[in-house]
Amino acid sequence: MSTVQTAGAAGVLERVRGSRLLWPLVALVALIAANAARNPGFLSIRLQDGHLYGSLVDILKNGAPTLLIALGMTLVIATRGIDLSVGAVAAIAGAVTCTTIVGSSDPTSPAAALTGIGLALALCLVLGLWNGFLVSLLGIQPIIATLVLMTAGRGIAMLITDGQIITVRNDFYREIGAGFLLFPISILIALAALVAVALVTRRTALGLLIESVGINPEASRLAGLRSRTIIWTVYVFAALCAGVAGLMISSNVSAADANSAGLWIEMDAILAVVIGGSSLAGGKYSLSGTLVGALIIQTLTTTVYSMGIAPEVTLVFKALVVIAVCLLQAPKVRERFRRRRRSQDPTSPSSPSTSGSLAPEEDSPAPTAHEPAGDAASDSKQKVAQS
Amino acid sequence: MTDTPSTRTAQPGGPVSTGAPVVAMRGISMEFPGVKALQDVDFRLFPGEVHALMGENGAGKSTLIKVLTGVYTATAGTTQLQGGQVAFSGPAEAQAAGVSTVYQEVNLCPNLSVAENILLGREPRRFGSIDMAATRTRAEELLGRMGLTIDPGSILAEHPIAIQQLVAIARAVAVDAQVLILDEPTSSLDQDEVAELFRIMRHLRDEGVAILFVSHFLEQVYEIADRMTVLRNGRLVGEHLTKDLSRLQLVSAMIGRELGVLEEVERLAADASDEAGGTPVLEATGLGRRGSIAPFDLRIGAGEVVGLAGLLGSGRTELARLLFGADRADSGVVRVAGREVHLRTPRSAISAGIAFCSEDRKGEGILGDLSIRDNLVLAMQAARGWARPIPKRTKDELVEKWMTALDIRPNNPDALVGKLSGGNQQKVLLARWLVTQPKLLILDEPTRGIDIGAKAQIQKLVTELAAEGMAVVYISAELEEVARLAHRVVVLKDRSKVAELDGSASVDDIMHLIATSDSEQVAS
Repeated sequence: MSTVQTAGAAGVLERVRGSRLLWPLVALVALIAANAARNPGFLSIRLQDGHLYGSLVDILKNGAPTLLIALGMTLVIATRGIDLSVGAVAAIAGAVTCTTIVGSSDPTSPAAALTGIGLALALCLVLGLWNGFLVSLLGIQPIIATLVLMTAGRGIAMLITDGQIITVRNDFYREIGAGFLLFPISILIALAALVAVALVTRRTALGLLIESVGINPEASRLAGLRSRTIIWTVYVFAALCAGVAGLMISSNVSAADANSAGLWIEMDAILAVVIGGSSLAGGKYSLSGTLVGALIIQTLTTTVYSMGIAPEVTLVFKALVVIAVCLLQAPKVRERFRRRRRSQDPTSPSSPSTSGSLAPEEDSPAPTAHEPAGDAASDSKQKVAQS
Repeated sequence: MTDTPSTRTAQPGGPVSTGAPVVAMRGISMEFPGVKALQDVDFRLFPGEVHALMGENGAGKSTLIKVLTGVYTATAGTTQLQGGQVAFSGPAEAQAAGVSTVYQEVNLCPNLSVAENILLGREPRRFGSIDMAATRTRAEELLGRMGLTIDPGSILAEHPIAIQQLVAIARAVAVDAQVLILDEPTSSLDQDEVAELFRIMRHLRDEGVAILFVSHFLEQVYEIADRMTVLRNGRLVGEHLTKDLSRLQLVSAMIGRELGVLEEVERLAADASDEAGGTPVLEATGLGRRGSIAPFDLRIGAGEVVGLAGLLGSGRTELARLLFGADRADSGVVRVAGREVHLRTPRSAISAGIAFCSEDRKGEGILGDLSIRDNLVLAMQAARGWARPIPKRTKDELVEKWMTALDIRPNNPDALVGKLSGGNQQKVLLARWLVTQPKLLILDEPTRGIDIGAKAQIQKLVTELAAEGMAVVYISAELEEVARLAHRVVVLKDRSKVAELDGSASVDDIMHLIATSDSEQVAS
């Protein structure tokens, strides 16, 4: 949260090492490297007709909806909540837009698309208000409250589309999910939203207030925060993100499929948030973590396809990678790694020091002098085993 | 809950150790990033003694206990148990080796029976399943050994906290503990219950168990402890036999200075009295909430400290919560500086200039995962709204100012509040409100569970704030504290206000009112 004051390259290195983002980033790079090893064309990007093409660009394009939903989910999770309904809300958004376009007088006109989009987002706003109402005003547990809309939402989408897959031919609408402005428009939208949220929450006090509510809603209320309003707002925001993501998904295929659009995307989004290092217990959140998390999830999905992994085992494979990343992030495992590294290399700087520690002069030599001795029992064994 | 010093004489008559210590810790240091919690501390514990571990909050008592029980691994130093070197990996291993701990909060399963709780995890077995009859008999034996007559088949939750605590102790000694660690066992007990606990502690001591006892109540320590070890700021100050150390010596050893501060409080409080008059800062008429507190009238003038006295459950906290809008009143009117206000939420109370520190510091006060800085500015930021962040420079100045003014430690605004000692957490909470410059400050048990040094600082602060014109509502279970600080004392009983006394009221007067059954109104 505090502004980064880089203290030279060493400081940056130290920050990266202590950062919760380290392992997710390593995982992302490893995934990409694995793909590149198998398929040398994986990393190539070419420019054609003002568009970028390549597997990496595909990852960005297909990952945009997950990223956008994960963005909304991050704020919800920061307030100790969870929103399971985002997939259903995405389906509803696509359904409303496509139905409106098809039903309009000129289904190919931008006006028809805009009307549809407007209606869809307005409905998403209402759905977000509904979730927020259940959670913040009625005090229903978020997982239950949003489960309502998760199940009912697909039904609503089916009602809207009459159970049909509705296809549209509208070039304007197609741009959202399939268009390019050098980069895929969808990822530009998602990144713009990410940057906007980062600016709004970190430049204003909103981030602090959200974290505060997530850490302890009652203490926050007694400190004069509008806990309910804040909680309500994040659900509305999450629903809007889900709505836009639903537009991307439906626009990409120029169709609304009430059954499968955004199916299980809530799980991907939650995973992205968790991989990014935000705790499901609420409180501190990391938007950059969510970005990396969403990229990992999408790269993983792409990998599964491009490596020709059998469909029966795709989900298991995905699960294994997720478990690995989560384990690498777990404080206990990280602590292990750090200790081992330190005992191997006693001259390396000690634990990441926070800015303005008590007595830096006195402190810095102390840990290296003490800790190997203190951990002697466990660490010396490891050392012997390794050497 | 009051101490009656006169009746409790220090008679540490216990058999005092001659042989080898059962626990010997040498040169223990414990460092956390940025904090040295313990530095080169020696500690020994002899069989058959009650040994009090004394120190302010943050002195390192809990850390030392956690090192002993294996929760933490010491950065340096050795621990010996019965002469053999040990380094427990956690409390379970420590317990298996005969070192049992009973914490302040009862960590038992309320919906299981007493017997099941005592033997949980080591129930006698028969044919591969738990032998309930044997469990019961064994529990009965253990309770009997402690001289307790509790039905082992009864459900734990049906018993008062005090009994649950004793059950926890029974559970702790059930493993043939050689060392029993009691971390603040008396903080939620009344006088009789404490006496019962002490009886059992003596009993166990006479059987040769070494008991490590941590308490904030000096009287209790002098009553039960044979020996004490004093820590300050993570360092060993000394180990003494209780009979060799006077209370004054102990207190100055703990806080590292003479008792000047406490005396100053007395003086300031005396100076600041009779300053009421003029338009009251707050005036409540017929304010009440059904099932919470009966309608009451209350006037608080500028520079006045109004104490709320009463037993737990008398309605003192409920009254404070109404004044802050934490609960909504269903009758009555509140005027702040003569203007009627509707205290529907804490937010509305805050904008009227009212601040409130809850008695539940962890649950309703601090935000443990946020830094001191964020905690300090939270109320001010909330009042400004999210769109108007406090400029960084202003924030830094405020934080610097209040951290210095209240002597908050560690002196690092980025430290997480959850890691601070209770006294420092309380100071952060106070600072959070002082930053907003309230006209009325409501403090609910601000000094509970914090050490003498911080307590004196907070009391001193209250008198100073009042002297500067702030109105203060002060709630404390310690009647002496209320009587000493307050210009007026409002006595509550059974969820209604029963009397209002002026500053000359003594503890005896207050106790008399609380004890008598008639709600007789006494004019101030």
